[in-house]
Amino acid sequence: MATVETRAIRKEFGDHTAVDCVDLQIREGEFLVLLGPSGCGKTTLLRMIAGLEKQTSGDVVIGGRVVNDLPPRARRIAMVFQSYALYPHLTVEQNIAFPLKAQGADPRTIPASVRQAATTVGIEQLLHRKPRQLSGGERQRVALARAMVRSPDVFLLDEPLSNLDAKLRTLARDELQQFQRRLGTTTIYVTHDQVEAMGLGDRIAVMSAGKVRQLGKPQEVYDDPADTFVAGFLGSPPMNFVERGDGLLGFRPEHLLPKGSYPTTEPLVDLWFRVDRIEHLGADRLLYGALRDIAKDQKVIVSLPSTVHMPAEPGQAYELSIKRRDLRLFDKQTGRRAAAQAEPGPL
Amino acid sequence: MSGAGRADRADGLARTRIVDSERWLGRLMLAPAVVYVLALVGVPFLLAIFYGFTNVSVSSARASFVGLATFRRAVEDPAFRTALGNTFLFACISQALVVLLASILATALQKDFRGKWLVRLLILLPWVAPVSLGSIAWLWMFDSIYSVINWTLRFLGFSGWPIWLGQPRLAMSAIITVQVWRTLPLATVILLGGLSSIPQDLHDAAEIDGAGFFRHLFQITLPLILPIQLVALLFGFVFAFTDMIVIYVLTRGGPYDSTQVLASLAFFKGIDGGDLAGGAATALFLLPVLAAVAVLMLRLARRTEVT
Amino acid sequence: MGAGLTARAAGRKLLGFGVVAPFVAFAGFPFLWMLITMFKQTNDLLDPNHNPFLLHAPPTLENLQVLFNDTYFVRWIGNTMFVGVAVVLITLLLAVPAGYSLARLTGSAGEQLAIGVFLTYLVPPTVLFIPLSRIVSALGLQDSVWALVLVYPSFTVPFCTWLLMGFFKVIPADLEEAAMIDGLSRLGAFVKVVLPMSVSGLLTVVIFTFTLVMQEFVYGLTFITTSSNFTISVGVPTFLVRGDVYFWGSLMGACFIASVPIAVLYNSFVDRFIAGFTVGAVKG
Repeated sequence: MATVETRAIRKEFGDHTAVDCVDLQIREGEFLVLLGPSGCGKTTLLRMIAGLEKQTSGDVVIGGRVVNDLPPRARRIAMVFQSYALYPHLTVEQNIAFPLKAQGADPRTIPASVRQAATTVGIEQLLHRKPRQLSGGERQRVALARAMVRSPDVFLLDEPLSNLDAKLRTLARDELQQFQRRLGTTTIYVTHDQVEAMGLGDRIAVMSAGKVRQLGKPQEVYDDPADTFVAGFLGSPPMNFVERGDGLLGFRPEHLLPKGSYPTTEPLVDLWFRVDRIEHLGADRLLYGALRDIAKDQKVIVSLPSTVHMPAEPGQAYELSIKRRDLRLFDKQTGRRAAAQAEPGPL
Repeated sequence: MSGAGRADRADGLARTRIVDSERWLGRLMLAPAVVYVLALVGVPFLLAIFYGFTNVSVSSARASFVGLATFRRAVEDPAFRTALGNTFLFACISQALVVLLASILATALQKDFRGKWLVRLLILLPWVAPVSLGSIAWLWMFDSIYSVINWTLRFLGFSGWPIWLGQPRLAMSAIITVQVWRTLPLATVILLGGLSSIPQDLHDAAEIDGAGFFRHLFQITLPLILPIQLVALLFGFVFAFTDMIVIYVLTRGGPYDSTQVLASLAFFKGIDGGDLAGGAATALFLLPVLAAVAVLMLRLARRTEVT
Repeated sequence: MGAGLTARAAGRKLLGFGVVAPFVAFAGFPFLWMLITMFKQTNDLLDPNHNPFLLHAPPTLENLQVLFNDTYFVRWIGNTMFVGVAVVLITLLLAVPAGYSLARLTGSAGEQLAIGVFLTYLVPPTVLFIPLSRIVSALGLQDSVWALVLVYPSFTVPFCTWLLMGFFKVIPADLEEAAMIDGLSRLGAFVKVVLPMSVSGLLTVVIFTFTLVMQEFVYGLTFITTSSNFTISVGVPTFLVRGDVYFWGSLMGACFIASVPIAVLYNSFVDRFIAGFTVGAVKG
């Protein structure tokens, strides 16, 4: 178990900057998620921490040691790849044993270590099979067993759930989190799926174009986004942005409720909303439309839970309320969050 | 034929024409090649078998059926047994060397480096250049008086002057060397393809797991290209087993049949000697081995496709 | 940046060089030797006391002049070109539709046929050349390059069909299906959509076929007897020898001229060739 730090780390490929001066401090035992769209540099960052890519400048520090010159095998890390990277010509047992053998472990202790790792992830009955005979979920567990068998200081996971069926993914997410809590190993997890990130991470680092836009606990990043990118990336459907004066007003679709049905005494703002189209998604209804009185040509989405029984028809307008403190203000030029709260007054 | 496309639209798409019927179109497109190959490979093949059962020769007006007599005559020829042994020796040793050397070379050539284009050109040259011409160059290099190889050996202090093509063991070494020289590029290309088909993830995983250079090479890389090495080996074996060009140019099968192989024996008997039946019969003895190799290759192909 | 990492990287580069260099020397030396020999004067060449790597007399074009003026070398080049072009055309004509048919249109029967096609490639010329020589003379083609034009496709077509099958399989079937929905027939889709996309595959086949033609020796030696009708591959080793005397200077010149240019051309296409070969041969 160890802390991981990157100091001003940069990676350039020719004239393309994949990772642009990232500073991260990851605590011992923490589950940190690197979240972002494809091309944002999260995988490159992970690979630099692993030692598979050499950074253009900056330092990687693991457990207080600068590891820039150390090859991957000397960094006491383990990695689970998106493709699992299981050795196809070796059995499951040999796959899990491989890191132990490679690092010169006492051959007498290896079978026991392998068995323990296999049992932890629940594949002890598959030890004699080859990877091609396993399902996706089983292969993922073998990859996890292989990663944990050496008791590394840091786990690095590169989108390990993205090759699983959607249904399997939720289950696997749950198991993965329990797995990490039990072992207590510092974990860095790369994904583009914000649901996974919110569900798994102790903290999330939202990345775009090589930079970390915001680092914080899932609820912080969701409730208090640092800029329009973070605000728009997290949350499904994404945050609504509406021009107001020379700023951008942001509010989440689920924060709008029919006027009068908000069970609170906090200050509310009332808005008229015209519905264009409705999607019935079972647990929620999504109302696509626009605000009737301000920013009339900007699309707005409202998400009503099925427990709210407001009749809605396309073409009609309805009065909705939102808590004043749920309004966010962003600078139109930079996208950054404006310091001031949204002011009272007519909208 | 492209007019058929437009005519289709005019006719209405309800009519099924030949160009739409996949089964018939497939057969039509395949037929010319199949017919051609059957005519020029299948027919002579059957004819060769037929000749084996006759006593046809260049001078004979008509061939008469003689049963197994021609085959027996071919086998009883003392040169036959020598040639059979030489064929196996030549093919096995040259291709074992080729696969070994090609594996080393392919591993070293994986990364890009400056001047790779030129290196690649030079390494491919022996295979692209016509065999007979490359062999003539080696003939000159092995020359009994002017051999540059011997001159260099002498220059380096070696006292002997080996007559490469005049002594049985040396001659076999010489033709094996030239065969290795000429088939190494193809095997290297095949193995390079195999090496590049290993996903990079596996190499990364091995690095992270802690495999050093040798463990990585011998426990990860080489086992994964083993099927392709076998493909290259079998290909090369078939090639060398049936080849006679190097031998024809360098030694004509000599000295004293020490470099005679079945293919060259068949040639000298049938074409130079005029004994067509004997030549055909001798060549037919290549077939059992080739059939066995073909079966092996099919089984191998099926296995690599399953994984 | 640590000294450790760069030293290791430099060491690995040196090791790579150390491994590759001997192979390059082994592969290329005979051609260097051809080059030196062809410009040497004959008395320099045939003096066993001279260092063969050095030219003790000024380089001469005499060997090349003899080659071009006093031998059938130019004729042979012409013959080879003729056979090459003709065989390339025939091969394309036969192998392109066949390869497409096997890739798309014939399903599991196609797989077996493909294997059958490949097996014919394994039947060696040394089994076939005797009966083929009889067939050739029965057709009246003995001693003519037309015999070669007839027979060569028998080994270029199977291999090129297999190569092209691999190439065509890589092209997504969606494109043809979209074209067929738009109104083209299957054949039309093949001609208008697939072929234009397969140019690199077709070029590979052309180059490969041409190389096979240039290399072929056994049939050329068997079917043709008059020296002026030879191809380069057969003419050079057999003709430039008067009794026991080899005209090495001219011989090496012929070898060099007939080998190196096509190798340079080939090298430019090798990447595509590798792709085609491994696609067909091994599923990685």
